[in-house]
Amino acid sequence: MKVENAKIIENKQIAKDIYQMTLQTDLVVECVPGQFIEITVPGYYLRRPISICSIGQDTLTIIYKILGDGTRAMSEMESGESLNIFGPCGNGFPIVESDHLLLVGGGVGVPPLYELAKQNADKQITVVLGFNTKEDVFYEEQFKRLGVKVHIATMDGSYGTKGTVLDAIDKYQVTGLIMACGPLPMLRAINDRYEQGFLSLEARMACGIGACMGCVVEMADGSVKRVCKDGPVFAVRSVKL
Amino acid sequence: MIDLKVELPGLHLKNPIIPASGCFGFGKEYAELYDLSKLGGIAIKSATPKERVGNPTPRIAETPMGMLNAIGLQNKGVDLIIENELPFLAQYDVEIIANVAGASEEEYVEVIEKLNSEPVVKAYELNISCPNVKHGGIGLGTDPKLAAHVTRLAKAAAKKPVYVKLSPNVTDIVEIAKAVEEAGADGLVLINTLMGMRIDLKSGKPLLANKTGGLSGPAIKPVAIRMVYQVAQAVNIPIIGVGGITCAEDVLEFLLAGAQAVEIGAQNFVDPYVCVKIIEQLPAVLEQYGYHSIQEVVGRSFKDEQNNCCA
Repeated sequence: MKVENAKIIENKQIAKDIYQMTLQTDLVVECVPGQFIEITVPGYYLRRPISICSIGQDTLTIIYKILGDGTRAMSEMESGESLNIFGPCGNGFPIVESDHLLLVGGGVGVPPLYELAKQNADKQITVVLGFNTKEDVFYEEQFKRLGVKVHIATMDGSYGTKGTVLDAIDKYQVTGLIMACGPLPMLRAINDRYEQGFLSLEARMACGIGACMGCVVEMADGSVKRVCKDGPVFAVRSVKL
Repeated sequence: MIDLKVELPGLHLKNPIIPASGCFGFGKEYAELYDLSKLGGIAIKSATPKERVGNPTPRIAETPMGMLNAIGLQNKGVDLIIENELPFLAQYDVEIIANVAGASEEEYVEVIEKLNSEPVVKAYELNISCPNVKHGGIGLGTDPKLAAHVTRLAKAAAKKPVYVKLSPNVTDIVEIAKAVEEAGADGLVLINTLMGMRIDLKSGKPLLANKTGGLSGPAIKPVAIRMVYQVAQAVNIPIIGVGGITCAEDVLEFLLAGAQAVEIGAQNFVDPYVCVKIIEQLPAVLEQYGYHSIQEVVGRSFKDEQNNCCA
């Protein structure tokens, strides 16, 4: 983990309110899929935790959604500018033996699954992505280019299967060890249905390294863990969601 | 080279920089980033007699140049802190200040009695100013009589110096500071967070699950400076200043206001290396403004005035 001024190589819109930013950084050597970096947006106080979408030779790609003034300011930054980042933070997805993976992403939960798919190219992978509506959809093509099977679900049915990611999973009878990232209702539904697999959680954080206890979750056994340090990836059924 | 050493009751600080309680855990996470022995001291996370699970989430909200937190003194309880955290800290050459909290006066005493026999703890910081707990905390810190009473009980139980961390959420902080000094406090730490709130525009409800939280960060620095300045002129015990420090220049400002040392809180979240950076930069900043020691700076903002008026 270290702090670095990373150079913005590219910052572009890829769907409604969704941006993709590529950063040139030395942090790449430490990164694994499912980890995140903490970003300081000039003029805003706390760092913003954003998951790593893709790890290149000397670049990291992140995908973020405009949710407030801070992320809007970030979307207006241009290539060539530098961005102070800290990381990589969190545990990331574990390396699993199962040779059949089901990667499930909802909205801005999709990005960490991309590097996960990339690094598991030797396995049979099916990707199911859920969005609210057609104009929110991103990264379908990028996943397809990795040679994995991709199913899309939209809540309003404007693209792919109408309904949730679980509706698409049922429709196409998709199996495999589930690894998921997305909004809480989606994670809850997956946690109810599956007994094995891994979920990546989102939380409001302050320190990002496990010191402040701002982002804790209660575990099924009653203990308390920190999303930023002990997570963000937890085994299915291990967290009280 | 300017000597940054500061001598305070129970604390031989090699420099005046101390990470603030609640912002640094028990040091383990930051020890992965740098050598904790570089720090003057560490104010470790609050200890209560029994485990506290803290408040529901969300516990964190960003604010203009600051943040709100409502952690709620989550900790494993003093026994497990002694067992699991203090041995780790004992490896380092750094003065440990144990922040003590409780839901009643008796609980403060209970924690102190248990920590008395731990040599790694050099002083106590009585937390009578946490805005995020229903009992104890700020309730004791906003009434001079109650603040003095818990200070007296803590002093009677303590075998190490007792610093009292004051709340800014009062009309007259000088009155509380004097009452606490009178009750035997060895030093003061000010300020804790200011109680605040944010409301989510979409839900129309408070953003924090606890509804209110403690405001920290650069936004509160002028309040902290003002309070250190007022209290430093009214008491004869040392003050550790805290509130919104982000750089060596901010430390100088607190020293000028009358603090002998400082604690760094929220900025550790923004820059995890901030404490060591400030330690490195402080000598040059002191020199830049013509100072040769920490002591000559402390309270300078009012000492000159006093001299003038007496002349």
